[in-house]
Amino acid sequence: MADQEERVPVMQQVLDNHFLLLFLGITIPTVIYVLWGVMEVANIAVAR
Amino acid sequence: MATTYRICPRSGLQFDTAAEKLMRWNAVAGVLALLLGGIMALGVILTRWPAVHLLPADQFYLALTSHGVNMLLFWIIFFEMAVLYFASSTLLHCRLATPKIAWAGFWLMAIGAVMTNVAIFQGESSVMFTSYVPMQAKPHFYLGLILFAVGALIGCFVFLGTLVVAKAEKTYEGSIPLVTFGALTAAIIAIFTIASGAVILIPTLLWSLGYIREIDTIMYRIVWWAMGHSSQQINVSAHVAVWYAVAAIVFGAKPMSEKVSRSAFFLYILFLQLASAHHLLSDPGVGSEWKVVNTSYFMYFAVLASMIHGMTVPGAIEQAQRAKGYNKGLFEWLRKAPWGNPAFSSMFLSLVGFGFLGGISGVMMGTEQLNLLIHNTIYVPGHFHATVVIGTTLAFMGLTYFLVPVLFRREVLFPGFAKLQPYLFGLSMYAVALVMMGAGTLGVSRRHWDMAFAGAGMAYEWPGAAYLMMGLTGIAGVVAIIGGGGWILQIVFSLLFGKRLDEGETRSTPIPLTLPPQTGAHAAHVGTPGTMVLALVFLVSFILYYFVNWKYLSSLWGMA
Ligand code: HEM
Ligand SMILES: [Cu+2]
Repeated sequence: MADQEERVPVMQQVLDNHFLLLFLGITIPTVIYVLWGVMEVANIAVAR
Repeated sequence: MATTYRICPRSGLQFDTAAEKLMRWNAVAGVLALLLGGIMALGVILTRWPAVHLLPADQFYLALTSHGVNMLLFWIIFFEMAVLYFASSTLLHCRLATPKIAWAGFWLMAIGAVMTNVAIFQGESSVMFTSYVPMQAKPHFYLGLILFAVGALIGCFVFLGTLVVAKAEKTYEGSIPLVTFGALTAAIIAIFTIASGAVILIPTLLWSLGYIREIDTIMYRIVWWAMGHSSQQINVSAHVAVWYAVAAIVFGAKPMSEKVSRSAFFLYILFLQLASAHHLLSDPGVGSEWKVVNTSYFMYFAVLASMIHGMTVPGAIEQAQRAKGYNKGLFEWLRKAPWGNPAFSSMFLSLVGFGFLGGISGVMMGTEQLNLLIHNTIYVPGHFHATVVIGTTLAFMGLTYFLVPVLFRREVLFPGFAKLQPYLFGLSMYAVALVMMGAGTLGVSRRHWDMAFAGAGMAYEWPGAAYLMMGLTGIAGVVAIIGGGGWILQIVFSLLFGKRLDEGETRSTPIPLTLPPQTGAHAAHVGTPGTMVLALVFLVSFILYYFVNWKYLSSLWGMA
């Protein structure tokens, strides 16, 4: 049986930290998808 | 206002009375949107059925806009709010944080949904749910969507707030239950989704009011799809959570491994939203690195997660069934499953259809090179009717059969029809998805009023099979609408006229949650050979289909 005194595994601590998950779930797509994508489009030279 | 709790005598679940009312109202609002969207589906399908070609072009685009908006946004998100409140307050045996604010969120969503529909039916906002610029709708079309989104955002924060309350008031120990964790995944993705929606829809509103001169079309598509695609991932997380819940309710099934299932949800949180880039695979302006990193390298982790869920849910059911003695051969556990219980049959059809039809086609289309085979063809709606209709909608319908007695305290009327309904709706939707994908492979466009191009200067001769597939889309679509409409009638009648059921005990203090020991010796070593076979069948189909499409691609230019 699970020992009450046992240390909680690191991964479980991460999964139990709901606001850390929220932070990751927002930052990752914002950086890799939105910011990267928008920067590529913003760098296209405008036709004159 | 003191919180009271009701103990449902049929399920043993404990409902915060305030949260329960919110769940009921959100679910009902969702069903109303489904009704409207379903009526519009009839207009859409009868127009795309070449032999019928019912509506004139302007009405077709109006109906298509209303269908997309009501189904994809209003029906699903209202229902998801109910799921979030259920997964937090009911499953954690906790009071709902700030019910008043939750009501404010509900009313914002309701006002927004009505406002957008008014704009659509006034006729000058037939821009479809994607509302790509430079097509312009009336300001209240965008304003309604923004209000709806803000309301939904409030709902997500009430959910997170309830998790905080539950932790502070110690209504549970250790980790939250798996279903709640799935709902948390959905809520996190929802927050990103709604924030992206605000970033793009607010300027678009200002543009339609005349305060902004121009919105860049590619920029719009990038940010819009951060919302448009991610919102599909809310659905996936939510319906996977519902699968686990139904497996637990119907079979008493315990997840095969909490660790594995939770890690799979974690992969969703990290990577699922990047898949938004698959909508821009054929777009100029963004490079291959961006496309490939987002849709392949990272996205495949999320695909892996879906395959994990697709295996662990039936695996858990197999274990539970084998423990009950259904041990003969590979599949007795499945044959002896309660196929007449609509909660189960809906969930199982949802799982299989989502995986085989939605999953395999999605990975194919999400490959940069293969995407151009089907880009903007009716293959795309074929794929997503397998995901949002078979996957999400069917799972939610199945859950509702359980909720009518438990949450609404009414007996389900017409139990005979209820047994059939999941097959009627589910299997006809399998057919709709398949024939749309077939027609799309032949090149039939999506969102196209007249595939015959009547009167066009340069007509295109379709192969007969293309017309056949679209005709079959029409027929199967009508059957699906009967199956879906039947479900709505059945639920509405049950809510209004079903026999009232006993409320159960009401108390002023919650009973704390006691989770079963996580690493107990239960069923731990029951093997799941049947599920393994199903998984292998899936993998083989997947690989074959994937390579067949590369073969198509290689012969594309030769055919000209
Ligand atoms: C009840 C049976 C249904 C039928 C027969 C049906 C039929 C169709 C058809 C034929 C199209 C494609 C039209 C075209 O591109 O020209 C379509 C589009 C669409 N459907 Fe459905 N549908 C049904 C239910 C649903 C449900 C339940 C959902 C969502 C939960 C949904 C979401 C959508 C969306 C988002 C579109 C895309 C609209 C657009 O391209 O702007 N449908 N539907
Ligand atoms: Cu997508």
